[in-house]
Amino acid sequence: MYGKKVKLRILFISLLLISVILSIFLILKSLEENVVYFFSPTEVKSLTEIKNKKIRIGGMVKDNSIVIESENITFVITDFKNEINVSYEGSVPNLFEEGKGVVAEGFLKDNNFLIAEKILAKHDENYMPPEVKEALEGK
Amino acid sequence: MFFSQLGFYSLIIGLIFSIILFPVAYRDLSIVNNAISSNIFSILSLKLFFVFLSFICLIISFINSDFSNETVYNNSHTTKPLFYKISGTWGNHEGSLLLCLLILVFFIFIFLITSRKEPKKYRIITLLFQEIIIIGFFLFLLITSNPFNHLFPIPQEGLGLNPILQDPILAIHPPILYLGYIGSSIILSSSIAAIIQNNVNNYWAKNLKNWVIISWIFLTIGIVLGSIWAYYELGWGGFWFWDPVENISLMPWLCLTALVHSILVLEKKSLFETWTLVLCISSFTLSMCGTFLVRSGILNSVHTFAHDPSRGIFILIFLFLLILISLIIFFFFHKEKKIKQKNFLFSKETSILLNNWFMMYFLSVVLIGTVYPIFLEVITNEKISVGPPFYNKLLIPFLIPFLFLMSIGPNMKWIRQNVKLLNVKLILLFLLSIFLSYLILIKTELNTLFGSVLIIFSIYLFFVTIRDFFIKNQINFSQKISHFGFSLLILSIIMNGIFSREIITNIKVGEKYEFNNGTIYFEDINTSKKKNYISIVGIFRIKENNNNEIYLEPELRIFNQPIVVTSEADIKTNFITDKFLVMNLVKGNDYYNIKYQTKPFMIWIWLSAILMCVGASINFFKRKQNEE
Repeated sequence: MYGKKVKLRILFISLLLISVILSIFLILKSLEENVVYFFSPTEVKSLTEIKNKKIRIGGMVKDNSIVIESENITFVITDFKNEINVSYEGSVPNLFEEGKGVVAEGFLKDNNFLIAEKILAKHDENYMPPEVKEALEGK
Repeated sequence: MFFSQLGFYSLIIGLIFSIILFPVAYRDLSIVNNAISSNIFSILSLKLFFVFLSFICLIISFINSDFSNETVYNNSHTTKPLFYKISGTWGNHEGSLLLCLLILVFFIFIFLITSRKEPKKYRIITLLFQEIIIIGFFLFLLITSNPFNHLFPIPQEGLGLNPILQDPILAIHPPILYLGYIGSSIILSSSIAAIIQNNVNNYWAKNLKNWVIISWIFLTIGIVLGSIWAYYELGWGGFWFWDPVENISLMPWLCLTALVHSILVLEKKSLFETWTLVLCISSFTLSMCGTFLVRSGILNSVHTFAHDPSRGIFILIFLFLLILISLIIFFFFHKEKKIKQKNFLFSKETSILLNNWFMMYFLSVVLIGTVYPIFLEVITNEKISVGPPFYNKLLIPFLIPFLFLMSIGPNMKWIRQNVKLLNVKLILLFLLSIFLSYLILIKTELNTLFGSVLIIFSIYLFFVTIRDFFIKNQINFSQKISHFGFSLLILSIIMNGIFSREIITNIKVGEKYEFNNGTIYFEDINTSKKKNYISIVGIFRIKENNNNEIYLEPELRIFNQPIVVTSEADIKTNFITDKFLVMNLVKGNDYYNIKYQTKPFMIWIWLSAILMCVGASINFFKRKQNEE
């Protein structure tokens, strides 16, 4: 019915379409698996179930809460309404300080306790992660 | 004071010249001769002079610490060393835009000088389209981010430059990156002109390729410099973090890399016209999108100098208009020519096209990973971030066919390659790669299928690119070098990824810390006062089990204005491995937080990227020679 050339072209275009659709599907699928959600301490308190999924918590480091041992650092993240305890092994950014904004990434043990894997760096004194700012202003 | 005024007025004069250019160029279009009228050249030179003058004025204001200028006040300080006073000129939003404008004006001047052999109408339309972009930048500068704003009363002291930007590499990183970004604007303008003139052909491709290669070289060097800086200054200890600001420079890079290859096919075989045009338009669009995302404050990073919504909106509207105009011209003027040539499945052009598509796939992964969180936040107010696992998972499997195509593609012939399934030497090489990867794999805990296969193919590509140097074939020398550079890059990245080790601990002065392969001794600490910071140097002795002993001396700098602590990692580099030690201070504690890393083949990552640029430069200069 159609010439060989037209058939080839149809085959070619449909192959292209299929691969585009497949790759988009693939991308979206792994997005779902690999995103990290952000919470404020208050939001963490109101979580009903603790999933085994990586999250980020942002807020201020509570005054007099940093305790350093040789392997481990513990501190408290607060948004001045609720507090979350954090335990962390790893390197800290330069501006990690009491009374300063911080974002910790890791797994929740329960509604009060985060085992952190990463503490996010800030770039300068005035800079505060927008998430923290919003969390503090109470959305 | 005086220089600020001078700079401001010369900017306005520059804008006026830009506007005058339109009627002059329009009149010149209707004159039938082959040379562009000298009026246009004089206007362009004058404009270049005034924009340059304005830029010099800003530099002088920075050197003089003239705090009546708001930009200087916000970003400089009297105690800052002279070098960083100068580099501070483009270390801020306003100044860097002025630098962009200067490069834009400079590039179009160069374009007109070097394109004398091309049709006059094509040159003038390129000029006009480029002028639209330039006027956009002029307006953006003057309306939303004037670098010469006046302050009264005049402050005594400036606010200072962010100390992590006070670094020699970061002083040259922005100008070089801009050369790459802005080079792509010439690519856009001339492809628009070529569409309108309907001369998208191999001659056009041959000339435009110079610009593509130049932009590609500068963009590559710019990215490498940024990466090296992040390695030693941010203390993360790696070369790539899939940080949104890194991603937005990677996207135009992928696009330009695809363009370098597809324009080659257009030049040699007059194929892929439409595809090449699409890439031309997208590479500039992606560069501009990067500027928009970074400057609007949507993405948070060192590059975000100020959060001013009006700037974001301005860039967004400007960007939208540019894309709209380009697309309208593309759809209404572009006529695809009938292709007379036959296409065969096994040919050089097919393999280039396939690899182009792979690059587009990589590009879309990076694009979605970067943009998706922004959209999600706007739509649902949920905040998410996308980390390295996402990219690794999506990129690694598709790198395998990509590397394979790259190892067989260049040796294919144009139009049609006779398929010889059995080439004993290549198969032997492949078996050797499998054997070597096996040796590597048993030394690691790596157990993913894709990872293992990726190692095989990267080693294979490495061998094939080396073999190409020794056999006579149709690949030219510059391409051999660039491809060899790329294979070396991939290989070093993989080796670096699987053999990197790190130790993180908290330690006090005088203490020691034992780990698997040795012991770290924290011997001493030295504090000294420098011009604008206090330096704390930790002295560490690291004794490995094989009795190797090294001293590493990482430094903390506490800057006075603004008060910021930065850490300078100490890195001992040799050709096999980097030893990297960085320390951090937690205020009010005796403990120092240290991170000790061994990073194999780190230096090869930078060197191989530079090697790719060397290959491209050889290509560029050879073409220039052939033209003369």
